[in-house]
Amino acid sequence: MSEHLHPVLDVRKLVKTYGQGEATVHALRGASLTVERGDYVAIMGSSGSGKSTLMNILGCLDIPTSGRYLLDGVDVSRLSDNQLALVRNRRIGFVFQSFNLIPRTSALANVELPLAYAGLKARERRRRARAALDLVGLAQRAGHEPNQLSGGQQQRVAVARALVTAPALVLADEPTGNLDTQSTADVLSVLDRLNRSGRTIVLITHEPDVAAHTKRLIRLVDGAIVEDVRQRPINDHERAVLR
Amino acid sequence: MNTFETIRFAIRGVSANKLRSALTVLGMMIGVAAVIILVAVGNGSAKSVQSQISALGTTTLTVSSGSGLFGGTDTSSTTKTQDTSLTLDVASALEDPQSAPHVKSVSPVASGSSQNATYAGSSHSISQFVGTFPSYLSAESYSLASGTGFTRQDVNQGRKVAVLGKTVADDLFGSVNAVNKQITVNGNLFTVVGVLKSKDSSGFMDQNDVAIAPITAVQESITGYGALSQIIVEATDENTVTDAQNEVTAILNNKLKVSDPTDEPFSVRTASQLLSTTQSTSDTFTVLLGAVAGISLLVGGIGITNIMLVSVTERTREIGIRKALGAPKRVVLTQFLVEATVLSLLGGLLGVVVGVVGSQFTIVGIRPVLAGYSIFLAVGVSLVIGLFFGSYPASRAASLRPIEALRYE
Repeated sequence: MSEHLHPVLDVRKLVKTYGQGEATVHALRGASLTVERGDYVAIMGSSGSGKSTLMNILGCLDIPTSGRYLLDGVDVSRLSDNQLALVRNRRIGFVFQSFNLIPRTSALANVELPLAYAGLKARERRRRARAALDLVGLAQRAGHEPNQLSGGQQQRVAVARALVTAPALVLADEPTGNLDTQSTADVLSVLDRLNRSGRTIVLITHEPDVAAHTKRLIRLVDGAIVEDVRQRPINDHERAVLR
Repeated sequence: MNTFETIRFAIRGVSANKLRSALTVLGMMIGVAAVIILVAVGNGSAKSVQSQISALGTTTLTVSSGSGLFGGTDTSSTTKTQDTSLTLDVASALEDPQSAPHVKSVSPVASGSSQNATYAGSSHSISQFVGTFPSYLSAESYSLASGTGFTRQDVNQGRKVAVLGKTVADDLFGSVNAVNKQITVNGNLFTVVGVLKSKDSSGFMDQNDVAIAPITAVQESITGYGALSQIIVEATDENTVTDAQNEVTAILNNKLKVSDPTDEPFSVRTASQLLSTTQSTSDTFTVLLGAVAGISLLVGGIGITNIMLVSVTERTREIGIRKALGAPKRVVLTQFLVEATVLSLLGGLLGVVVGVVGSQFTIVGIRPVLAGYSIFLAVGVSLVIGLFFGSYPASRAASLRPIEALRYE
């Protein structure tokens, strides 16, 4: 089982700069990080600390200026455009702060979308999408379009969409940033359950309450990792308590 | 992700914004329908010219004075001492079985235009009052609806009898039988002996607005004994028209003592030559109509390009989401291309329906004739425009990195 020999994420000296000349912005200045299977990591940092940039690179949505990124031991920079699409589809589930559901399309169709790109048959797709919606407690809302759902519901649809392909890695960029307390608790409980079932989760957050849910806390300042604290062991399946 | 799936996504994309899609389809539809209808109208007018040629008869030759009917001969500058005008004497010379074996009949024509005719209080201005020989009727493919024609004897005796065209008879007599009634033309009484059948007059002149009478009577009472308007010569059959034309030319050259064959004081033309100018006019007409229609098709195509550009730009974010969820570039590209194709094909097909239905109506007096090529051309062009102009914005969007597309606002 070769995949157990490699960490899920292995990032080395990641550098990302935007712009050129005097206007150059250094979003990441040599961040290195490994995440093992089953871990639950929170990344914190002030605005502009480079955490979103890091997340986008981890999600294969962006490419680093320099440094290496191994996903399950595979160097992502060597993958072609189509292979990257495959990686995003099969290995990674991405949850955005702004939900990013496709407008004028039902919740069910939104959740089905990654499965459609994976080439599943319609019947199987529908079954799995319904199961995923059921998991986030929105089975009754399958036919609703995004603008008919509350923010919390939209984010849970987005979480269902991220987990429907059963990816080993779930990345969430401030998943609760736009949500009220109740919705935050709903979304976090879904993520907690996902982690208990063995998925690796990395999320960005501003809120200490949310960070307290996780097993490991990383702080970013000015594009570099300044703190890396293990809060609970990886194989701890106890339910975390909200402070 | 199979093709069927992609097409389903595209149709969902098209129906997501119904009004915008409907307007795009409308633009395309108008373009395609315009091409089909206008080409059909041009085609129809060309067909009507052709039917005019066959109505005139393919075996007739028209001899007229002047070197060309449409050539614009400058008669004032040619100081000719001898009389080269067409006379009855010249006409009878053409009826020569020895030197003109391919001539079936000769009909000299002296005609007066806009002659006022009255009968029992009703009056009508006959646009062509033709004085001629009896053979004129068959040469010009007229046939009788009632009564009889006049005879060669009537011509010799100068009897004032006339055969009326349908328009004239209807106007003067209404439902009353015109045969054996007397009408007054230019102060002279003419006895109606027959009424002509209606003749297809798709041309520029109503061929039913005529009266035909013996040439002697017409010269005496209306036109005077001057030169003839023209001489209608009928060849024995369609294959001898050219022979007859040569024979007639030879006799006339001899009779009128023409020394320079390149500068004849008369012209002998076949029916098709007479109408060649009309034909080329109608060809120009068709080309013009086609050009106008082509422009409207182009405008429709630009509409599609515009909509595709707006649609892709507006949905760049959506493209980012799709790519983040693992859509390969090819799938995104195909989706937008199919959207463009669905729009233009739908517009094209509706345009064909409107065009075909619209071509069933008579437009400005012309009965349109559908041209099959215009349908394929219009639909083909609309499809190519949709694909070509849809592919540019789509490939631009599909090539973006997911995060760039997602950040797009």
